Amino acid sequence: MKPILEIAALNKRLAWRLSLIAFAGLLFGFAISPIYDVMCKKFALNGRADSSATAFDKTLKIDKSRWVTVIFTGNTMPGLGWSFHPSQTSLRVHPGEITLTSYEAKNNALESELGVAVPSVTPELAALYFKKIECFCFKQQTLKPGENRKMPVMFYVKPDLPSNVHTVTLSYAFYNGLPSADKAALYQQGDNATKLN
Amino acid sequence: MSTTTATHHDDHAHDSHGHPTGLMRWVKSTNHKDIGTMYLWFSFTMFLFAGGLAMLIRAELFQPGLQFFQPEFFNQLTTLHGLIMIFGAIMPAFVGLANWQVPLMIGAPDMAFPRLNNMSFWLLIPAAFLLLTSFFVPGGAVAGGWTLYPPLSVQGGMSVDMTIFAVHILGISSIVGSINIITTIFNMRAPGMTLMKMPMFVWTWLITAYLLIAAMPVLAGAVTMLLTDRHFGTHFFNAAGGGDPVLFQHVFWFFGHPEVYIMILPAFGILSTIIPTFARKPLFGYASMVYATTAIAVLSFVVWAHHMFTTGMPVAGQLFFMYSTMLISIPTGVKVFNWLATMWKGSMTFETPMLFAVAVVFLFTIGGFSGLVCSILPVDIQLQDTYYVVAHFHYVLFSGAAMAIMGGIYYWIPKWTGHMYDEKLGKVHFWLTTIAFNVTFFPMHFTGLAGMPRRIPDYAQQFAEFNMISSLGAFALGLSQLLFLYVVIKCIRGGAKATNQVWEGAHGLEWTVPSPAPFHTFETPPVLK
Repeated sequence: MKPILEIAALNKRLAWRLSLIAFAGLLFGFAISPIYDVMCKKFALNGRADSSATAFDKTLKIDKSRWVTVIFTGNTMPGLGWSFHPSQTSLRVHPGEITLTSYEAKNNALESELGVAVPSVTPELAALYFKKIECFCFKQQTLKPGENRKMPVMFYVKPDLPSNVHTVTLSYAFYNGLPSADKAALYQQGDNATKLN
Repeated sequence: MSTTTATHHDDHAHDSHGHPTGLMRWVKSTNHKDIGTMYLWFSFTMFLFAGGLAMLIRAELFQPGLQFFQPEFFNQLTTLHGLIMIFGAIMPAFVGLANWQVPLMIGAPDMAFPRLNNMSFWLLIPAAFLLLTSFFVPGGAVAGGWTLYPPLSVQGGMSVDMTIFAVHILGISSIVGSINIITTIFNMRAPGMTLMKMPMFVWTWLITAYLLIAAMPVLAGAVTMLLTDRHFGTHFFNAAGGGDPVLFQHVFWFFGHPEVYIMILPAFGILSTIIPTFARKPLFGYASMVYATTAIAVLSFVVWAHHMFTTGMPVAGQLFFMYSTMLISIPTGVKVFNWLATMWKGSMTFETPMLFAVAVVFLFTIGGFSGLVCSILPVDIQLQDTYYVVAHFHYVLFSGAAMAIMGGIYYWIPKWTGHMYDEKLGKVHFWLTTIAFNVTFFPMHFTGLAGMPRRIPDYAQQFAEFNMISSLGAFALGLSQLLFLYVVIKCIRGGAKATNQVWEGAHGLEWTVPSPAPFHTFETPPVLK
């Protein structure tokens, strides 16, 4: 065995090197978040591929030989006192055909509320082929008490949608647009209210 | 003790002067044996507490309908049972065994950083305090499952913050402890003990320690993101702000799967120590054991998403995680067959440690097989979050990790106390534990296959009989552990004098020192033949 002081120095050096591994682990833990975002966009994980506007493509060919059923659905999340539903629950469209439909929202709360709609598409893979030109989800919506609003969605399905996909579902979850800290308080109020009942 | 070994004290003088006594001996201890003892007692206390929570769970599930608790409290019970068993009972028990045995097995005078060692232990106390007291804050303890998934963990009350801080503290403790263990193993081995001559328990702990320092910080990152989502307006896991709750599951299980191997690899090391002793043969396939352990550790980082098959991911991803998961059964199989080959034609005797070791080989393999069943994608979609999964992970964690720890304690306790434990009572404890364990968890395979969901306080009438059997088994299992406590205390107080070698077939440096092991050992390094 080497002299004890030499071992102590070696120990220290090794310990610092090992703590680098731990530090790298911590950084990686945080880095998973942006990596995951990129993966979601690239591989349509969770149907999250496209939540921004797509420019209208004039060269688009409409594939008249094929029908795709698009189903619309939507729900509001706890903390937002709105009723929210699609105007039409489904449409049959040709791939490449630009279609306009709408959702309706009504604020049943006693004060005006800020809502954020988060879209998702199933099957997940179809999210890569579902393009929105205009959507109420691109910006926050504010509704006054009792206000009713019809909100448009303009979309098309890309003609290269895999041929085994016949039905695409577009779903929106409407969240309260308040910062999450305020929202946590809101949830707790809700909890207390249910307990009192 | 690095400084005391540097000065050239006369051994006798040192023993009579430098030995602190009373409470401060423990609080300020930098002695690996004392710290190991404290770890083991801490672990056993937590084991009984979390076991008590399990008794409450099984009491509620004894009959269908709600008898004792509201669902909110039931969820707190299952969550804290899991968290405390994993972070409070199993992991500290292994660290305690490592503290006691690693320096003895490699012929080192103590751990590389004795003061850090003291810190890693004492950090456990505030963490345990945070977890235990979280039952009494408004809203009660965490109730969203030990995995702390958002959105529940973002919405929860103050106890979530307490749990997050507890996880941070436990993480620091584990990382510091692991750095200490790796440094000890690399730099403090007796001359002549090359890496490939190290006892298997030391090898498995070396690899476990690497897993810990790579995986624990990832969990720290995940819970930190939870914390900032809760209080600082970030949106990592908040869909309204562009985040994704599923992201948490990815980060969590990137830690979580290595974590399950952190809890089983040292158990493999204990088996590889006990079985050769009582089969009176050297371990079969030592080198392949080392490589298999390493392979399991490496694979553990690429299988995490098999915990989340039902969250939605591309088929290619599902297939990748399915096959990589199945691949793990190969190195694990190598280990199981090596243990069998070690026993083959050995002159076996069945003292309590060996009984535990043989039972672990058998029962862990059942848990391994049910894991293999769960790895099959279409089957897993059916079994996700059912009692089948509960059966699976209790077979690997209780009859794998916990029973291996018990075997290890019976195996080494004569060295620690200088007395033989009561062999008859030890065997009674073994049989009660093994039978009660199987009565408790084997029926869960059936209730799970029939579709009974986990983490629910009530169930359909059709599951009533099996649940009653499980509950009766659980009560017996819980009570049997009090017998374990009694056997350990009895062994500390007295018993037949243990020889230095303790077991006829035992080999290795730890059996060359007197029993009980003196406060300081190997101050001059031993010479290996």
